[in-house]
Order: sequence, then structure tokens, then C-alpha cells
Amino acid sequence: MTRLRRDSLHLLGTVAPGALCILVFLVAPSIYLMGMAFLSTDATGLPALPLSVQAFRELAGFGFLGWSPGNLYTLLRSLWQTLLATVLVILIAYPAAYYISIRPARWRPVLLLAVVVPSWTNQVIRSVGWMNLFAPGTPISDLAVLLGITEPRMGLFPSQFAVIVGLVYNFLPFMVLPLYAAFERLDHAQVEAARDLFASPLAVFRHAVLPQTLPGLMAGTVLVAIPAFGMYVVTELLGGGKATMIGNLVAQQFAAASNWPLGAAGALIMILATLLGLWVLRRLGRRLGGDREVVI
Amino acid sequence: MGAQRPDRGRDKASVVVRGVSRVFPGDLRALDRISLEIHAGEFFTLLGPSGCGKTTLLRLLAGLEVPDAGEVEIGGRAMAGVPAHRRSVNTVFQSYALFPHRNVRQNIAFGLEMQRVSPAAIARQVDEIAELIDIGALLERPVDALSGGQRQRVALARALVNEPAVLLLDEPLSALDAGLRSRLQVDLKRLQQRLGMTFVFVTHDQEEAMVMSDRIAVLDEGRIAQVGSPQAIYERPEDVFVARFMGHENLLAVTRHDAGGVETALGRFEGGFAAGTHLLLRPEALTLHADAPPGSSGNGFLARVEECLYRGAATDYRLRCGEVPIAARVTNAGRSQPGVGDTIWVEVAPDSAATLNARRHTG
Ligand SMILES: Nc1ncnc2c1ncn2[C@@H]1O[C@H](COP(=O)(O)OP(=O)(O)OP(=O)(O)O)[C@@H](O)[C@H]1O
Ligand SMILES: [Mg+2]
Repeated sequence: MTRLRRDSLHLLGTVAPGALCILVFLVAPSIYLMGMAFLSTDATGLPALPLSVQAFRELAGFGFLGWSPGNLYTLLRSLWQTLLATVLVILIAYPAAYYISIRPARWRPVLLLAVVVPSWTNQVIRSVGWMNLFAPGTPISDLAVLLGITEPRMGLFPSQFAVIVGLVYNFLPFMVLPLYAAFERLDHAQVEAARDLFASPLAVFRHAVLPQTLPGLMAGTVLVAIPAFGMYVVTELLGGGKATMIGNLVAQQFAAASNWPLGAAGALIMILATLLGLWVLRRLGRRLGGDREVVI
Repeated sequence: MGAQRPDRGRDKASVVVRGVSRVFPGDLRALDRISLEIHAGEFFTLLGPSGCGKTTLLRLLAGLEVPDAGEVEIGGRAMAGVPAHRRSVNTVFQSYALFPHRNVRQNIAFGLEMQRVSPAAIARQVDEIAELIDIGALLERPVDALSGGQRQRVALARALVNEPAVLLLDEPLSALDAGLRSRLQVDLKRLQQRLGMTFVFVTHDQEEAMVMSDRIAVLDEGRIAQVGSPQAIYERPEDVFVARFMGHENLLAVTRHDAGGVETALGRFEGGFAAGTHLLLRPEALTLHADAPPGSSGNGFLARVEECLYRGAATDYRLRCGEVPIAARVTNAGRSQPGVGDTIWVEVAPDSAATLNARRHTG
């Protein structure tokens, strides 16, 4: 009996602080947000009773002027831009992380630092940097005009292209770091065993390298895709209204448009979409990792 | 691509190694101008102490390592430029190198999958090999839930199931307990004879090497010290290194050599010995007597018994003659035996002694 009590006290002592933090900083705001999403707005746009699904109707595009697909497009665009940016980040980060991992040991920290240092400055500043590079009349924009990618005097900014570049640039370090960690731990014996067992270079990658780097890839994908999906700074600055994402929509409702229930409904949809994305990722991880649970 | 099955087993292949060297950074000569000829269908063992280059030589045969000089031929084909996955050679790795994200069955099936064998045939072959190696009950287990010995057997099955022309085994039995080990030694040997595969087997256990091999190559710091049958290597080691590695302790420095015999610290031994720096007395070829027997050849000496180690079938004696320690092994046949402290006459049969040279390769 006393032992049981001691054990439960011990458990309480170790778990309680963390549980309390989660309760205060995560569960409570979420409940608050969920509640907010089901309120209606008063004449000034502030949240008010009674409970309704008004916000979700608005989010789905039903307004005073009938139905418009704008918000749905924003949601789809968010998904598409997130997917595109994540895939591009993977395509750049995977070889980069591998390359860094095979450099002599004294160079690796330097190269990693080179990847990470840019993210020490403010997102806004970095986006403004891209704005300057992509503005009409810059060499890069002129080159794009020459190649027929963009209209004369239009520049590459603002555009969806600029947004994607901004997203990829922003989130690259979050993919490189976990992948680098995975490559550094790579068990080369498995690679050799696969080669010895008749695996072609491609099959070696598929069966001996990919499964080993999968946890890093999954972690990176989560670290990139979730914030990218909610991103609004980059889209705001580099998209110029041409590539708004659901993050912008939500931010707008809480700020200028001051329709908090609509913003909360948007945030709720974001959370649901994120959970769905995680579930898909997990399934994918299990397929690629040979039925072994890949923890993300 | 690796899609097509490389020439299947049963077409056993010979292995020829010509003047192969492998030098690692820091001028570390892991292999130094090695030449070997391994016959098709032979059970060939590389024997040597840790770090002598056994694993490096196997890796060269498997194609996982490229020689800095010399050439390798397998089945009469030059292997220069042939990548590992195009060689009909499989390896049982010293570190097992199993795939942790695949279960036992999937691990064993890997090589067959890569060769596009049909799933039904794969299932059948995996079951067969698992039965043979006695891991049938483990097939659906994840490999990280296995003991060291179980992993080693999975590694063995994973390579064997492909029935390659040449199978490379890097200390494949080192993690097994004595019983399983001696059983698998016999099983492996039988399997090799039945399938007719060429086995290149690595061990640093000289008894295991003798039990299993058709021929043994003893490696010494990247060079070959001696190649021969187990009997030749044990009974007629060519230098002191080989003799010591085969477990011989009775090596007496030769002080004088002539046509009629040799002189050592234990006196003169008559016989037509070849020139050499040391005289080897095999422990089991010494006989112990209370006195010099009548009709003794005179090849013998008096010694004091310091220790008796009873080993069941035989007893090992540690003797001392002056300053020189001598080991003798006597089969236990119910005779009365000398005890500790006794002074006895050690008779050396004429054919039980041989001269040999100091380590040939150093200096
Ligand atoms: N990749 C490498 N880089 C540098 N040196 C190496 C490398 N591989 C092996 N060596 C060196 O080459 C020598 C031979 O190594 P090898 O692994 O072939 O020995 P081994 O006979 O298999 O030993 P063991 O019985 O301990 O397995 C050793 O001195 C080792 O340190
Ligand atoms: Mg080794």
C-alpha cells in the first residue's frame, strides 16, 4: 500500500509540471478557440452568443452576396503550395544533408552553420531580401523576362513563384538538420549487405538508405509542412495577394476584418487538415519503412 | 539493374587471387601481395589473428573493396570493374548487417527478391533454409528481438538461400554456444558438400579451421604464411608463427644442425632433420615413462611434472626440463599416470619432431 502510494506520488511529481504546462498553454487555448468558432458575431463583429455554425458557413463561402469559392480556393492553394514547397525542400535538403555528412569531420559544423545561420534573422527581413532580388528591373527578373518566364517590366515579385521560393528558403534548415542527423548515423554495413545481395544502386537506396533516413525525413516533413501550411508572413510579403494561404485568411479575421469566430473556424480547419496530413504521412512512413512504425 | 539472376549456385566457381594488395591511409598494408588459388567446390579457410586482413580479403572477393594492386578472378572471369551486385558471391558478415526494418523472413528473402524470384518460390526457399538452420520459429520476428546467436544464423540463412557460386563466411559461428557451434560446423560442412558451393570461411579459431576445411591459408599481417591441408598445417608448420598459431608450445631453438640430428637446450635429437632455426615437438607425440624404456632411441629427456590438466579423453601435462617448459598430451586409457612432482622420462618418437624456421615474413 505505502509502496503504491509512494509510486503514485512519484508519478504525480514527475508528470504534473509537464501536464500542467500542456493544460494551460495548449488544451485551454484550443478549447477557447473551438468555442469561439461556434459563436456568432454581433453588429460590431465581436463574438457573441448564441452558438451557431455561422462562421463555418462564411468560411465555406456563403456571404451576404451569395456563395463565392474564394475561401475554398485559398484552402486548396494552401495545400498545394505546402505540398510543392515541402517536396522542393526535400529534393534540395536530401542531397545536401548527405553531402554534408560525407565531408571531413571538421567541415561538417561549418557547413551546417551555413545552412542554419540565415534563419537566425527575422523572417520579414529575409522576405524583404527576396523582394529586392525579385523586384522588376533586377538582374534576376531581367533574366526571367529574357527567358520568357515573366512579362516585361513585371518582375518575379509579387508572384506565386516568389512565395514558393520564400517558403523553400525559409524551411530548408528544418529539413537539412534532421536528415543530416539520420545520414550521420547511417549504418553503412546495411548498404554493403544490400549490394552484396544483388541490389542495384537504386534498390540499395530504396531498401538500405531510405528506410534508415526515413525517421529524419518524416521529422523534417513535419517541421516544414506544418508551419508552411500556416505561413502568412512570406505569403503576405512575397505574394502580394496573389498567393494567399489559409494562414493569411485567419490572420486577417483576427486583425483587420475582426471577425474572430471566422478566424477561429479557419484555425480549426487548419488543425483538422494538419491532423489529416500527419495521418497520411504516418501511413506513407509505414509503407516505405517496411511495416515498422516510424515515429513522427 | 541486378534483375537477372547471376549464374546460380551449383555451378561452383574457383577463386584466383593474384598479387593483391590493399593499403589503407597511413601506409597500413592490410593485404600485401597476396596470391591464392581456391578450387571450385572447396571449403577454404582463412585463418589468422585479429587484424591480419581476413575481412579485407573477403571484401575484395565480394566486390565491396577494390584492390590497390593485383587482380581477382572468380569462375575464370576477371572481376575488375564488376560491381558487388553482379557477382554470384554472397557474404555472411562478421557484424551480421541485418536490415532492422525487415523481419527475419524478409531479411532472408532479400537476395531472392532482388533477383526477381517469384514470391511463391521465395517463400518455399526461405522455409527450407530456415528449417535447415533451425530458425523456423523465428521467421516472423523482428530482427532486433533476436539474440546474437540467432542473428548470426539469420545472417547465415540470408546468404545461403541464394546458393551463390562462392559463399564468403566471416566468422559466422563466433557468437554461438559450444554445442550449437559444433553442430553447425558439421551441418555447414555437409551443406557445402551437398550444394557443391565454394566456401571461403574466416575464423581465428584453429580447431574450427581444422575440423571444417579442405585447405587452410594462415595469414600473418597481410601476408600468407602457409597454405595447406589441416594436417599439413598442424603437423608440418613452416614457421614459428604458424606453429604458435596452431597451438604448438614446444619450440626449441636449434643450436647446432648436422646430417645426423640437431642440438637443443634439451640435448641432442637424432634424425634426418631439415635445416631450421627451431625444433617442434608435437605434444601428443610425446610419451611419458617412469624410466628410459629399454630399447629407447635415445631421443628423450628427463622432466619434472608441474601440472596435470585432466580433459576427459586426454590429460595435458605441463612439464619442466631445467628452464624449458614442455607440454605433453596423453590419451587416457586407464593406465596409471604420473602425478605432480614426479620426475619422468619423455620419449620423443622419431616422426613427431620437425624443424622449422623463424617467422618468415617479418624483417
Ligand atoms: N576501412 C579501413 N580503413 C583503415 N584501415 C582499415 C580499414 N579496414 C581495415 N583496416 C585495417 O586493416 C587491417 C586488417 O583488417 P581486417 O578487418 O581485414 O582484419 P581481420 O583479420 O578481419 O580482423 P578480425 O579478426 O579482428 O576481424 C587492420 O589493421 C585494420 O585496422
Ligand atoms: Mg574481420
